[in-house]
Amino acid sequence: MAAVASKYNELKGLGVEVLAVSVDSHFVHKMWDDYELAKMVKGGMPFPMLSDGAGNIGKMYGVYDEEAGVEFRGRFIIDPDGVVQALEILTPPVGRNVDELIRQIKAFQHVRETKGAEATPSGWRPGKTTLKPGPELVGNVWKEWKVEEAF
Amino acid sequence: MKKLKIGCGKPTGAKVDGSPQEKPKESESTAGEKEVAMSGVKVGHKAPDFEAPAYQGGEFGQVRLSDYLGKWVVLCFYPGDFTFV
Repeated sequence: MAAVASKYNELKGLGVEVLAVSVDSHFVHKMWDDYELAKMVKGGMPFPMLSDGAGNIGKMYGVYDEEAGVEFRGRFIIDPDGVVQALEILTPPVGRNVDELIRQIKAFQHVRETKGAEATPSGWRPGKTTLKPGPELVGNVWKEWKVEEAF
Repeated sequence: MKKLKIGCGKPTGAKVDGSPQEKPKESESTAGEKEVAMSGVKVGHKAPDFEAPAYQGGEFGQVRLSDYLGKWVVLCFYPGDFTFV
């Protein structure tokens, strides 16, 4: 979560709000923020840390581990209409890639700005080729976009 | 973040009524089998609304997902405070 916090200004610049959720109480969130996170990220966690002790939210989102009583590393991108556009769920020992999160947000925002007229191919970043789905594009993606652009 | 009255209880996050993902009623579930709590969400579908107590910058409050409509939201679950990754 500290990595997400360290990129908060960039996320904020994209008009994104972050909500962190775990089964810990809001009192423990405070202790973690005061005693550890504040040493990793200046000013501590810049967004709300939610308490989901009974796992109710985690169950709704399919990330609650009944056996361990904790929540998996689930990450959901929700658009301004409240629609889930992307999700990623990792088991606890592997951390997320915040750069990839930001890349996906930029891509979803681009698609939304063009009202779906443009689609973003694999690995797309702002400035790179987008594709305009339509009859002419069928069978012709190879003319418009090269696989190397994905990397 | 709405202000949260601080007591000795341990409030938890909860579903907000009227969100699209209703759990089937007990009677609709299969013969005596306990309802599986996990439901999960799908991309392209509405994010289920919820409300939960929260901590931010020295304050305790109450956060509701639907208060963020009109904004992009990244919802991050994590295994626990003071875990290592």
